[in-house]
Amino acid sequence: MQMIHIFSAAPFAPLLASIFVGLFGKYFGKGFSHTTTILGVGVAFIVACYTLYLTISGYTANLVLYEWLRSGSYTFEVGFMIDNLTALMMVVVTFVSLMVHIYTVGYMKDDPGYSRFFSYISLFTFAMLMLVMSNNFLQLFFGWEGVGLVSYLLIGFWYKKPTAIHANLKAFLVNRVGDIGLALGIALILFWFGSLDYDLIFNRAASLGGEHMMFGGTSVSIFSVICILLFIGAMGKSAQIPLHVWLPDSMEGPTPISALIHAATMVTAGIFMVARLSPLYELSDTALSFITIIGAITALSMGLMGIIQNDIKRVIAYSTLSQLGYMTVALGVSAYSVAIFHLMTHAFFKALLFLAAGSVIIGMHHDQDIRNMGNLKKYMPVTWITFLIGSVALIGTPFFSGFYSKEIIIEAAKFSSIYGSSVAYWMLLIGVFCTALYSSRLYFLVFHGQEKWRLSNTVKHGHGLNKSQYPHESQSLITTPLVLLAIPSVVIGFITIEPLLFGDFFNRAIVINHDLHQNLGEIQHHFSGAFAMGLHGFLTLPFALMILGLIVGWWMTSKATTKKTPNKFISSLKGILEQGYGFDRFYEHFLAKGIRQSGEYLWSRIDVNFIDRIMVNGTAHLVGRASKILKGLQSGYIYHYAFIMIIGLFLIMTFFIKL
Amino acid sequence: MIGLNHYLVLGSLLFLIGVVGIFLNRKNIITLLMAIELMLLAVNINFIAFSHFLGDLAGQVFVFFILTVAAAESAIGLAIIIVVFRNNQSINVDELNRLKG
Repeated sequence: MQMIHIFSAAPFAPLLASIFVGLFGKYFGKGFSHTTTILGVGVAFIVACYTLYLTISGYTANLVLYEWLRSGSYTFEVGFMIDNLTALMMVVVTFVSLMVHIYTVGYMKDDPGYSRFFSYISLFTFAMLMLVMSNNFLQLFFGWEGVGLVSYLLIGFWYKKPTAIHANLKAFLVNRVGDIGLALGIALILFWFGSLDYDLIFNRAASLGGEHMMFGGTSVSIFSVICILLFIGAMGKSAQIPLHVWLPDSMEGPTPISALIHAATMVTAGIFMVARLSPLYELSDTALSFITIIGAITALSMGLMGIIQNDIKRVIAYSTLSQLGYMTVALGVSAYSVAIFHLMTHAFFKALLFLAAGSVIIGMHHDQDIRNMGNLKKYMPVTWITFLIGSVALIGTPFFSGFYSKEIIIEAAKFSSIYGSSVAYWMLLIGVFCTALYSSRLYFLVFHGQEKWRLSNTVKHGHGLNKSQYPHESQSLITTPLVLLAIPSVVIGFITIEPLLFGDFFNRAIVINHDLHQNLGEIQHHFSGAFAMGLHGFLTLPFALMILGLIVGWWMTSKATTKKTPNKFISSLKGILEQGYGFDRFYEHFLAKGIRQSGEYLWSRIDVNFIDRIMVNGTAHLVGRASKILKGLQSGYIYHYAFIMIIGLFLIMTFFIKL
Repeated sequence: MIGLNHYLVLGSLLFLIGVVGIFLNRKNIITLLMAIELMLLAVNINFIAFSHFLGDLAGQVFVFFILTVAAAESAIGLAIIIVVFRNNQSINVDELNRLKG
């Protein structure tokens, strides 16, 4: 057995499980559905761990599984690029996926779409693995669209709920906007490099560094154009401003997929792609600046949005957006390994937060409004502890995983010389404050304070607790994944920061032009071990901001009960945030309305009036009118016909017989 | 002395009678058939006259063919008229306009 067969087991085991469960799950029952898919993902996880083991000991490979198409000088293949970056992503994806599979057994146990759900999430694992393992752009695009499709299917999983249908349509459409950029970027790469193979492109990239193309009347470097176009694709998938609007709405889907797809894995595909293409991005400082600015705006503005949300899942969704902004900034300042590092830690603690939120939602009988919760720590101890761990990791408490990744991102922005990085640095710092603020507000409202579900009389359409019910701890199938995710949320940063960021783990996978971008070297210079960094973390500015955020958050929640009317400035600020900065409104009023109106115009003027009335019916009318005239000739009298024949004869003779 | 012109005048007169017969006839379809026959004969007279005066027998041979065809044609025409009469109980030209569109 060759290595390629072992690696291909990773994506194809979940695919097989997905096909089996999708086709036959209905007939063999729930046990069959979850056993098969968990087995498939388990195989993938083991292969991923083995791959990570191989790559740590120095193994890299670029393997071709299958030649899909050969057209002229182009060949399109299915293949795997196995290196440290791939291996790390494989482990993260399959581990979170496995946890979510187990969690789902408990979470969805009464849902009529049980086996459909398992089929979808296994299919997602397949598509995501194809994306991260691919060795060419075409397969990347395939995986990209595959995860997008499954995301669409799962957001609309409860397809009888109109809001879910709107949300999945929105996600699909917004992602298409991003995909235009991605597709154009890939097309440009094929045009300039004549190939879609990563290895080939990376090797040739440097020699094409000086090439320029005309774009909008000015000459720009091809790498700026290519990289920005590809990043627009990443903006759609990783929900960066202004294409972020779909992610908060995607919370209409079941909670396990919010954890798997919309927090831990799929939305980080854009981050992964940019890190994978670091040899190209290193050639364009313009693109890097663009990325930095977009990321910083997302990190701050989405963090602010998180503060005013009242739906437990939406708070975490905005937190995800904000953290994706952090990763994007890391990419922009050439700290690709840091972005991947934050991607990994974030995958663990954000999946944990989402799954714990799901547990809270079950405990509250599908009431998601945090204003109706309170003092749940007494009733849901495991959920409480794990949620607390997730929050503490998220806000960046020293020694927890989130601290290491976020701290380094902020440092990298500080030391970067890229245009826009100093603004980004300050925005990220304020972002830290926002993160702490919304996290502590969420935490205190849900787990501490008054037991507001006792007084709430907002039992809507069968959701929420009745007067006589208490929240209850979820079953062990749900709490086990929480505990398993809590462990890496605490320790993974401490353990891996040294090899990942300052060792040679990513040396072969990520290329950084150290002459131009010196910030990582600078940080490495200051770094003296994970423990020392944790200790030093108590003395830094982000830590102070975090504590401030925590205090404000706690103060907000304790004050919320007294119901004082807020002053004008605060309420107008809140109004802006509640509108989501007007992005939805802008899209609705300008883009959607404009398209609808131009469609209306084309329909009523061009289609109805011109094509239908003039072209189609007009032709028929013309024929009808002409035949009405000609009909008179057909009188049916033989002598008329004979007369016409004779006249015709005379005419022919006059014209053709020349004497 | 009867010359070529006399024959040609006779031919054209006969032809004209045929044409006018077709137009003026509103009664009987058999008259119509006869008028057509008359036109054919007028043409035949032209053929024979030219053949004689040019000394070329081919024209006269042609006339034989035309006569044969004309005989067959009138036989078929009469047969059709019989069928028409059976169906309509009439061979009045003015009533036979069922081909009107």
